[in-house]
Amino acid sequence: MGEMEQMKKEAETLKTQIEAARKAANDTDMASAASGVAPAPRVQLKTRKTLKGHLAKIYAMHWSTDNRLMVSASQDGKLLIWDSHSGNKVNAVPLKSSWVMTCAYAPSGNLVASGGLDNMCTVYNLKTPVIKTVKELDAHTGYLSCTRFLSDTEILTASGDTTCALWDLETGKQKTVFLNHVGDCMCLSLSPDMNSFVSGACDSLAKLWDIRDGQCKQTFQGHTSDINAISFFPSGNAIITGSDDCACKMYDLRADQEVICYQDAALNSGVTSLALSLSGRLIFAGYDDFNCNIWDSLKGEKVGVLSGHDNRVSCTGVPPDGMCVCTGSWDSFLKIWN
Amino acid sequence: MAKNNSLHPNSNGETDDSPNMLVYRKMEDVIARMQDEKNGIPIRTVKSFLSKIPSVFSGSDIVQWLLKNLCIEDQVEALHLGTLMAAHGYFFPISDHVLTLKDDGTFYRFQTPYFWPSNCWEPENTDYAVYLCKRTMQNKARLELADYEAESLARLQRAFARKWEFIFMQAEAQAKVDKKRDKIERKILDSQERAFWDVHRPVPGCVNTTEVDIKKSSRMKNPHKTRKSVYGLQNDIRSHSPTHTPAPEAKQPTEEELREQIKFGQAQLDRHRLKMSKVAESLLSYTEQYSDYDPFLSTPDPSNPWISDDTTLWEMEASKEPGQTRVRRWGFGINEVLKDPVGREQFLKFLESEFSSENLRFWLAVQELKRRPIREVPTRVQEIWEEFLAPGAPSAINVDSKSYDKTTQNVKDPGRYAFEDAQEHIYKLMKSDSYSRFIRSSAYQELLQAKKKKSKNLF
Repeated sequence: MGEMEQMKKEAETLKTQIEAARKAANDTDMASAASGVAPAPRVQLKTRKTLKGHLAKIYAMHWSTDNRLMVSASQDGKLLIWDSHSGNKVNAVPLKSSWVMTCAYAPSGNLVASGGLDNMCTVYNLKTPVIKTVKELDAHTGYLSCTRFLSDTEILTASGDTTCALWDLETGKQKTVFLNHVGDCMCLSLSPDMNSFVSGACDSLAKLWDIRDGQCKQTFQGHTSDINAISFFPSGNAIITGSDDCACKMYDLRADQEVICYQDAALNSGVTSLALSLSGRLIFAGYDDFNCNIWDSLKGEKVGVLSGHDNRVSCTGVPPDGMCVCTGSWDSFLKIWN
Repeated sequence: MAKNNSLHPNSNGETDDSPNMLVYRKMEDVIARMQDEKNGIPIRTVKSFLSKIPSVFSGSDIVQWLLKNLCIEDQVEALHLGTLMAAHGYFFPISDHVLTLKDDGTFYRFQTPYFWPSNCWEPENTDYAVYLCKRTMQNKARLELADYEAESLARLQRAFARKWEFIFMQAEAQAKVDKKRDKIERKILDSQERAFWDVHRPVPGCVNTTEVDIKKSSRMKNPHKTRKSVYGLQNDIRSHSPTHTPAPEAKQPTEEELREQIKFGQAQLDRHRLKMSKVAESLLSYTEQYSDYDPFLSTPDPSNPWISDDTTLWEMEASKEPGQTRVRRWGFGINEVLKDPVGREQFLKFLESEFSSENLRFWLAVQELKRRPIREVPTRVQEIWEEFLAPGAPSAINVDSKSYDKTTQNVKDPGRYAFEDAQEHIYKLMKSDSYSRFIRSSAYQELLQAKKKKSKNLF
């Protein structure tokens, strides 16, 4: 057998062995383990605020760490900074390219970032008398689907060129490039300890990366279509993904496999976004069918629906103190619920 | 879970279908069941005035069928799902351009598979022009153009002024063919054609379900699968069925890639896997522990600012006086103390009182270093080294020899992660030693029992 053939065989054998090892660890399933737990309260959430101001589809939103301010990005070519409790627009940042797909708020509250079809991540300083563009991070060869700040000096990006990257905001250069996905990267989520992050891509895989050494540490499979949304469980030991295959899944990092699948026969549209409540018990998942469904993360049951948008829910977010959930939609409105 | 071959990613990791194909297939499965002779929706012909309305069923029929056959809990959900399927054009109200489902006697008809969205339709405006023009040639009252259609026609006439004669001829030819059809057949086909255009050129104000997320539309993977021509005006590039396109040639992995795959696979196989029962236990206990702090599960004290409009809770969080619930949270684990600025302060204060604060100060300094601008890093690394690790350091910390040697090397070429190993070692030390002492200390216990301070009137 030629060397290539031998190596292919070895790779295949390893895959089979890994599957077997995963099965062996499967001594129970999450639903039965959670059967003894009291069900999550049936959640009937009301819209507390509707933020009107965008003139076109909203593609992304992100809460600030102060639990009140948030940034939203729309195809009308603007980033809006809201004091969502009062409903006031604090700032408006005009974008060079209106094809924006993502936005992020820095933990310090000093900076925001946006990116999209321009393949760039643009960082703005909110604290100067007039909002200034601080950096244009230009090295990706595909659209920018998601971005998150680590601090005022470092930022992570996920791109349609199948890579993720860690940038130094001082030099504006990529410090680390994370290569392993074979499909467009659609989303990313930072671990609570900030030492790693997970990404979801159009190759239907989720991957765990070590920020320090740039290596892919784990790969999670199971979805049958693009993974559009991903989030760490607050303990940092598990992740939740949402996909075009109409399902959400929880994967545990230590078990190295899928733990539970959130799916419904009646749900016939892709998941666009997701966010978790503070304890991780509730998953708020936005779908193409204009609704946001609420899942009990432990029991795998649907416990509520947020319906009120007139078009696809494109983004969801829970602030760090967990007091509410925000949904943003192609209908140009943001709604705050609890 | 059975994997449908045409949906399973090929070795490139890419599926062959447009991002919506999975969803269309799901809806089409439901439609197939709805059309089943035995268990589907009863389709009938209804007599009306002097004519018959062929091949219809009512909105309520649909709702009832969905409730019975799809494990749907209530009418609202059934209406939602039904409206979704109608908006995609799988069935439509015969007397309305607006594609929603109503739970009443409104008549609906199924769309013919030729017009299903899974055929990747992207009809051109020239086709729409032919269609609207054709409609004006049919002089039945029910086929009169709606206002928005008349406006569209006017716009298209201006846009295609040069080739209008050609479009008109096509419309005439179509109308002629249509006239020859059986009356009943014509009614059905006309309505299906109209429903097709209601999906692709929706009534203003209605959602256009053919809109694609720009993130997906920029992945033009299979242009040869798109159907553009409804009336044969353009060259229909597609020559074979959309469901049986041969998969693109799978890229063969290189030797280098195979080596990486094997290395990765080996590492994966060797990793320790936690049993599912332990995982479940850990997830359950975490959510249990934090449920008191989850505003969706427990009512916040004094109130949720989003509900009561009272921002007291946020003011309390910002103040330096930690409330009881906040202090209790520090007891969950060292991370909770390190996460909370007030927690860090209290922890530091306690350690300073015991003259053992160097570990925490080192940990905090390294965290801060990681956020510094890169030009300040080398100096800061030097400072930290001098303060905590150099021989004779004023705040000497105790690190294992392996980490110490590694750190000594790192400091020579200082970067943000120069102290990673040392920091990890110190973290473990703090977790088992300093942190447990803090939680058991009287200082912490006092904060935990803190009664609300009564404001004393000093004057």
